[in-house]
Amino acid sequence: MTAPAFPHIPDLDGMMACPACDALLVDRTVSVGATASCPRCHTVIEAPRPLAMTRIIMLALAALILMIAAVFFPFLELGAAGMVRRSSLLDTVMAYATGLTAPLTLAMAALIVVLPVTRFLTLLYVLGPMAFGWHPARHAVHAFRVAEALRPWAMAEVFIVGVAVALVKVAGLAHVSLGPAFWAFVALVIVTVLKDNFMSRVTVWKTLEARRRS
Amino acid sequence: MENLRSAPPILTARDAGLIGCTHCGKVDRPGVVRCARCGARLRPRDVDGLQKVWAWLIAGMVIYIPANLYPMLSTASLGKTTENTILGGVIELMHHGSYGVAGIVFFASIVIPIAKFIAIIYLGLSVTRKVRMPMHRRHTLFEIVEFIGRWSMIDVFVVAILSSLVRLDFAATITPGIAAVSFALSVAFTMMAALSFDERLIWDARNEDAE
Repeated sequence: MTAPAFPHIPDLDGMMACPACDALLVDRTVSVGATASCPRCHTVIEAPRPLAMTRIIMLALAALILMIAAVFFPFLELGAAGMVRRSSLLDTVMAYATGLTAPLTLAMAALIVVLPVTRFLTLLYVLGPMAFGWHPARHAVHAFRVAEALRPWAMAEVFIVGVAVALVKVAGLAHVSLGPAFWAFVALVIVTVLKDNFMSRVTVWKTLEARRRS
Repeated sequence: MENLRSAPPILTARDAGLIGCTHCGKVDRPGVVRCARCGARLRPRDVDGLQKVWAWLIAGMVIYIPANLYPMLSTASLGKTTENTILGGVIELMHHGSYGVAGIVFFASIVIPIAKFIAIIYLGLSVTRKVRMPMHRRHTLFEIVEFIGRWSMIDVFVVAILSSLVRLDFAATITPGIAAVSFALSVAFTMMAALSFDERLIWDARNEDAE
């Protein structure tokens, strides 16, 4: 199909399409604190929050530090019949390492540690310079696309519910105590959820475009 | 009728002869391959795009079968080894009296995956066939499917935690079974199916009905 001319549409930059239902909308500037949603499908399109970028950066930094704590401190401790078994997050990742289930080790490491960390780092890289009002860093557009694509695959919060289920399962068998890494991980999940709440994807894209070095 | 009342006819970017970015909302002229703002690939709508959804979905459904037939974990306790499938684990939890946790596992590993298969099939068919469910309801259904998919991974994590924790030599040892791999793949495949579904197709169908 060839591209026809559009005499009836004066300004493409003044429009936007709803990412969910493709409704053609006038692209107004959404004021901080307000929420813009699509009139047709009611999907929230933009919801800029005061100091959102600074807050996201702080929370991503906090999450990174918590992740370091979560990986290196003991996670859970199990005691039965005079024996104690300490397990770290790394042991959990390595649980599938023997036998036919070996490929799952990589997936576990990715879902619990690698992908969440990659998300935090890319967000810091993208939003860091912008929070100070600078030009976005080189390849920031790329980095933010990666961060958005990873969103469904970073499963830290699912893992925490898994821990809760596992704890109930072994509770009858042995005495289980929670290590510092467990609490670090719980905090990490809370921080991640807070951070994602501040995130307004379309606003970040627009800011990236507006501050781009041309 | 209700559709018409809740959603007034609206011009879409496609109707205007334009193409909208599904990531950042920027509109561009057709023929542009990558979005000028966010660099995402601009996807024109075509029903053939559903083939990807069907492919991932069928892969996810096929691999969900061995996930239920083979053992998820095996428990060796005092020389006695028992193997548990997903359903077996749920039943055992109920025998122990922990109904809440049995409910979570049952929900995450059996109800959600199967409900997701059905929901994606329904949404896929609704694009090319007439269905009763209003647009808004289908849009909500899609959002639920998208949101809930990752939570099915719970059981894979539970098995990993249990087998890293319960290694008390002779007293009790838990080792993961092969079903964990196929279950994880099934969850990943259905997530891919949901991610490759083009939401806009839900809303396009309405316009065609109205015409």
